Amino acid sequence: MYKYFIFFLLFIYTFISCKKIMPSAPKDDEILDGPIEGLTSAQLKQFIKGDIAFNDEVFTPQTGLGPIFVANSCGSCHAGDGKGHPFTTLIRFGQIDSTGNTWLNQGGPQLQNRAIPGYEPENLPNNISYSKILPPANTGLGYLDAVTDADILAMSDPNDSNGDGISGVPNWINLPNYCNKRINSITQNGKYIGRFGKKASTYDLLQQTVNAYNQDMGINSSFEPIDTYSKLLVDPEVSNQTINEVIFYLKTLKTPLQRNVNDIEVKNGKELFISIGCDKCHKPELKTGYSDIEVLSNKIFYPYTDLLLHNMGNSLDDNYTEGNAKTYEWRTPALWGLGLSKNSQGGNYFLMHDGRAKSIEEAILLHEGESKQSNTKYQNLTSSEKQKLMKFLESL
Amino acid sequence: MMKIFTSIYKFKKIVLFNFLFVFITNTFYAQNDTNKINRVNIDTTKLYLNTDAVYNRPFLKYGKIPIAIGGYAEANTQYKVTDGVSDGFSFQMKRMTLFLSSSIHRKIKFLSEIEFEDGTKEINIEFAALDFQLHHLLNFRSGIVMNPIGAFNQNHDGPKWEFIDRPISATQMLPSTFSNIGFGIFGKSYQSNFVWSYEFYLTNGFNDNIISNTENKTFLPSTKLDVNRFEESYNGIPLTNFKTAVKFKNIGELGISYMGGVYNKFEIDGLILDKKRRADVFAIDYNTQIPKLKTTIITEFAWVFVDVPNTYSQQFGNKQHGGFIDIVQPILKRNIFGFEKATLNIALRTEYVDWNYGKFKETNTSISDDIFAIIPAISFRPTAQTVIRLNYRLEHKKDLLGNPASKTGVIQLGVSSYF
Repeated sequence: MYKYFIFFLLFIYTFISCKKIMPSAPKDDEILDGPIEGLTSAQLKQFIKGDIAFNDEVFTPQTGLGPIFVANSCGSCHAGDGKGHPFTTLIRFGQIDSTGNTWLNQGGPQLQNRAIPGYEPENLPNNISYSKILPPANTGLGYLDAVTDADILAMSDPNDSNGDGISGVPNWINLPNYCNKRINSITQNGKYIGRFGKKASTYDLLQQTVNAYNQDMGINSSFEPIDTYSKLLVDPEVSNQTINEVIFYLKTLKTPLQRNVNDIEVKNGKELFISIGCDKCHKPELKTGYSDIEVLSNKIFYPYTDLLLHNMGNSLDDNYTEGNAKTYEWRTPALWGLGLSKNSQGGNYFLMHDGRAKSIEEAILLHEGESKQSNTKYQNLTSSEKQKLMKFLESL
Repeated sequence: MMKIFTSIYKFKKIVLFNFLFVFITNTFYAQNDTNKINRVNIDTTKLYLNTDAVYNRPFLKYGKIPIAIGGYAEANTQYKVTDGVSDGFSFQMKRMTLFLSSSIHRKIKFLSEIEFEDGTKEINIEFAALDFQLHHLLNFRSGIVMNPIGAFNQNHDGPKWEFIDRPISATQMLPSTFSNIGFGIFGKSYQSNFVWSYEFYLTNGFNDNIISNTENKTFLPSTKLDVNRFEESYNGIPLTNFKTAVKFKNIGELGISYMGGVYNKFEIDGLILDKKRRADVFAIDYNTQIPKLKTTIITEFAWVFVDVPNTYSQQFGNKQHGGFIDIVQPILKRNIFGFEKATLNIALRTEYVDWNYGKFKETNTSISDDIFAIIPAISFRPTAQTVIRLNYRLEHKKDLLGNPASKTGVIQLGVSSYF
């Protein structure tokens, strides 16, 4: 009799104590989500609330979705806080120069291509130019938000005075009334420097967030209270508190960690990256100024962007723009997290602003305009050098 | 006229009082005379037809009173880890279910089943129907019926299974346990070595929640969120449900079932809002026991087709499929700890559900959104009505885009028993 009992107890003990049968956590540098280090417990609680609102809250017709929309949750466009997939690519239209969007009353600036049952989604007007916009990764946004205007301006070179062929410019934009201006903001003719979005037409994460709620999901807030379908002022469908929590979450998402930093080929790849001039726009290192989140203040970080607009040539000119940018100008995207993009894009690469590049090499070869010289230099590399460069880019 | 109503009311009060008096006095008396309480035991591990499961349960009867009561309870502890993150141990009272049946006549029966899930988080009447037998091939059933889709919905009592969690395909893809108010007919035909059965019901049905829910996928169980579904049909069109099953001795039972109907509110106040959109479900189930080895195999697969508006999000799929296979092998059957005929089993469940079978319009690549799990188990049955179960669940879940799967491991130890 006792042998059964002992056998049973031993079995349970062995089974429960065997941690190896439980799934282990992925390495920290293999995932994009998670908070930056050094947050207080109060801040961590706020982060978790924002995480839930961002990744778990799914809107339904009963909770305000649409009636016309693109996606029904934040997380459906930014799986694992990474880059998006063509499934949730946005389509924007109605603006071809700095005079503004002339189609705001006719469905612009964004096409809501889906609708809840019983409603018809929008269709793109005939013969209109448009851009497809792939949802970006959310990582490290708090750091980018805390870069000072002065530092961004210092990287710009509108007249290419140093003669290197690169002439980054900021996108000077009009601010919505609800945006809080940064300390030491720099203005030009009453306009402010935009830094978020593919055209750098968004000032801060509040504007980015409430626009996404409104334009992507049809969720109105006290900040953006006009319904995309009826064009009428409607009641808020998301609270200010939730929006603040989502913004805090976005600000405090960690930066992607580079992998294989000490690999010799990765190191060589980085040297090649610099030698062919990629770093002139994809600035490896930036620093933050003051932030109301203490751990973000005065920090050096490695995003590989200058937050400026650059002429990318005719092949990337969709004849659509935002703010003060030209139709052929695009903001330098941060390269951090590039190697992990596939993990949020269903195992494939969808790169450039609309996901047209299916590999890193294809993306490099699409660089024209100011970046044509680096593209040419890349093509002149040996296959071994190209491999090292790829290894470096995939380590980011 | 008023006097007539008053006397009827008084008469009803007297009848009710007498009934309560008899019931209460008998109950008190019964406490002193337990010999009059009969336990009508059924070996619940035996494979009857799944359609019989609603009556094939152990009941307590008192004397010759034509009322029987019963029920079962399930409790467990679990330790769950998802991608290396755990919330630690938790203890769960998954459900307690009460049965009450009565024979009004040898050909008229009433049975009800009330379930308390997760404490009192959910309280459901799962079954409450009156059965009239006109012929063994023609019985009439009316009330809250358990829609016979697949086998699990009909035969879901916890103590019958070696696994703590119910199969995902049979509880989340198919909305088990799924009950609706309606009526229908059923019957059985016995031959020397096989039995054939059929069931046909018309009930209230699905609603728009199946494509409008916070699960972010087409999810038939969201129908249950409509608190009015036992009161009125959502769209006035009945859900049609049909099942037929045949069981050959030594071969096993094969069931084929269908459930379908219009799920959307296509018309309000005579105004047409949308076309009628259907949700159709097909299921096939099979169970058998290999005679010499006593190995039990239970399997069920189902296919769901939902007419999702093509202007809505592909997040909500129009095709789903999935199923499970359970293999249970007794390894010891003898007197253990004083329980005669106690059984020790090893078991394995494999289950899979594809929540969204199709391709993205944008890329023409496959939509993922699927889940796969494998669950080895050990169960100890001191009696056929009671089971102590130890399960380990390893689950891989992929999102819509097919990104690297989220991995979950769960160790569960629990008990389930009829009472």
